[in-house]
Amino acid sequence: MTAVLAARDLSKAFGATSILSGASFELQSGEHLLLLGPSGSGKSTLINLVTGLLTPDTGEIVIAGEPMSSLGPTARDDLRRRRIGIIFQTLRLVSALSVRANLRLAQKLSHGQVDDVEIDRLLEALGVAHRANAKPRAMSQGEVQRAAIARALVGRPDLLVADEPTSALDDANAERIAQLLIETARSQGSTLLIATHDQRLRPFIPNSLTLGCSAREAT
Amino acid sequence: MLSLALAYMRDRQLATGLNMLLLALAVATLTILLLASTQLVDRMTRNAQGIDLVVGAKGSPLQLILSSIYQMDQPTGNIPLASIDMLRRDPAVAQVVPLALGDNFRGYRIVGTEASYAGVYGAQLASGRMFDEHGEAVMGAEVAAKLGAGLGQKFVGSHGLGDGGGAGEHHSHPFTTVGILRSTGTVLDRLILTSVETVWDVHGIAHEGEGQQHGESEEPHEHADEQEAHAEQEHDAQALTESGGQLTPEVTALLVRYRNAAGAIRIPSMINRQTDMQAAVPAIETTRLLSLLGVGIEGARLFAWLLAAVGGLSIFVTLLNATNAREADLALLRVMGATRARVFGTVMAEGLMTALVGGFLGVLIGHSVLAAATRSFSALGDIGMQPWQPHPGELAIFGAMVAIGLAAALIPALRVFKIDLAATLARAS
Repeated sequence: MTAVLAARDLSKAFGATSILSGASFELQSGEHLLLLGPSGSGKSTLINLVTGLLTPDTGEIVIAGEPMSSLGPTARDDLRRRRIGIIFQTLRLVSALSVRANLRLAQKLSHGQVDDVEIDRLLEALGVAHRANAKPRAMSQGEVQRAAIARALVGRPDLLVADEPTSALDDANAERIAQLLIETARSQGSTLLIATHDQRLRPFIPNSLTLGCSAREAT
Repeated sequence: MLSLALAYMRDRQLATGLNMLLLALAVATLTILLLASTQLVDRMTRNAQGIDLVVGAKGSPLQLILSSIYQMDQPTGNIPLASIDMLRRDPAVAQVVPLALGDNFRGYRIVGTEASYAGVYGAQLASGRMFDEHGEAVMGAEVAAKLGAGLGQKFVGSHGLGDGGGAGEHHSHPFTTVGILRSTGTVLDRLILTSVETVWDVHGIAHEGEGQQHGESEEPHEHADEQEAHAEQEHDAQALTESGGQLTPEVTALLVRYRNAAGAIRIPSMINRQTDMQAAVPAIETTRLLSLLGVGIEGARLFAWLLAAVGGLSIFVTLLNATNAREADLALLRVMGATRARVFGTVMAEGLMTALVGGFLGVLIGHSVLAAATRSFSALGDIGMQPWQPHPGELAIFGAMVAIGLAAALIPALRVFKIDLAATLARAS
């Protein structure tokens, strides 16, 4: 069975500073992984490598059988568009568009067509259907993050990558977002990779990979 | 991507609206200048076509041209009736059309003339017939349309050449409309034509057998000897200098068409030197007037292009600030799967749509302002301004605005290609 994500012997340095060295792991379809570590441990770098926003110095990344790390920029954009959904800590939605318009745009970019029924279903599932026509600046942090999950999932990605999705949220919202992430990813059949230093997520995803301060070891 | 560009424009409505307004003002100014200058030149050229010389009372030659050809200014005075015969006897003259001005009906000038005046502009009757008997009048197309007049319509003229400026109405001499002319796109459309004799009658000037007296129906002396004609003219000219000021039937001006080039050399100097009248050449006076107006028009045009440049610069600054401010948004779009070209296209589309709306609004404002000005200032109506008539040059102005909009958006849009996604996302997070 082809792994949805395979990272093999990844190394990345910025100048003389080594951020990642020899990181390897695999995620099968429907599998979830928590990428833990303090700030500066290389979580975001690893996320950027996985999503093709950075190129590893050594090693390779394969997404559903397609080698992300060896592709050119355009092909990489295309692979990301087809296979990966991304959620960020603060950068969640396009500011000028309503929640529904964000989801429509994401769907259009991903598959070239819009499915309003699917959008309504996702918004309902994430509890933001009543905010469908609101712009991000008019919503609470928790609402925006739930809308961002919907935005990332609406393209039915094979791999859902979340970078610090709960760090800015209070306990209640963090718990709710964690549950929604897992439930919607499961119902969509998406594989989930979450990079966080938020220990509150540990109980929800037992499978974890911890990066050290120097980001050189994986457990 | 077009809807995204629209969403960004809606998101900062004030800046977008102001940019559109700046461009619209530039386009409106350019449109007004284009329409006014081209229609003015076109009208002046068309109205003066087929008229080689205007003979009238001494005074400003430009005033004589304006009052006799364009029907815009007060006449310089009257000239003796004998001047018609004097010119008609000249072998170098092909046609002489007398004009007797002095009255108006609701602002439209009543011109005492001959049927040949309509022929100067190739006018044809839309209905009815040309004036013949006393009191009969033929209306220009615009006069009939604006006044809603039809055949048989009676009206009373007022003294003076402008609406409201008259000294009284001529109730004892009502006119009857016997014909309506087709539109010619010339000054004729805004005139009411009648016979010279009717104008004299209306003003109580006694006359008799004028048609025969000044040889209206006679053919010009095509075979007359040039020298003999010249001698006769000198005699007539002397007589004309002595008859000024008498209360006799007179005309306001004569429109002259030469038979050959010799007329252009001899006749104006003869009239100016040997009579109390003056001869003005429409081509010279019109060129002088247009060159005077041209300086102002060019100055205003320069200002309008400056305004357009400011509009373009404003779009540039707005989009540059916007792309800086929404760098994270643009990075998110790229992460969501939008290609560089699509994001580039979104920024370009903003510039393009701003310019398109500004350009469209500008053209609309330009025509509207011109229409309002034509309604408010009678001088614009007098030169036959058609405020809603489009001009091909407007497409060029519109195209230039689109080019300005695209050029202004280009540098901000190119920044999309320089965005380092990982760094931008790291900053945003």
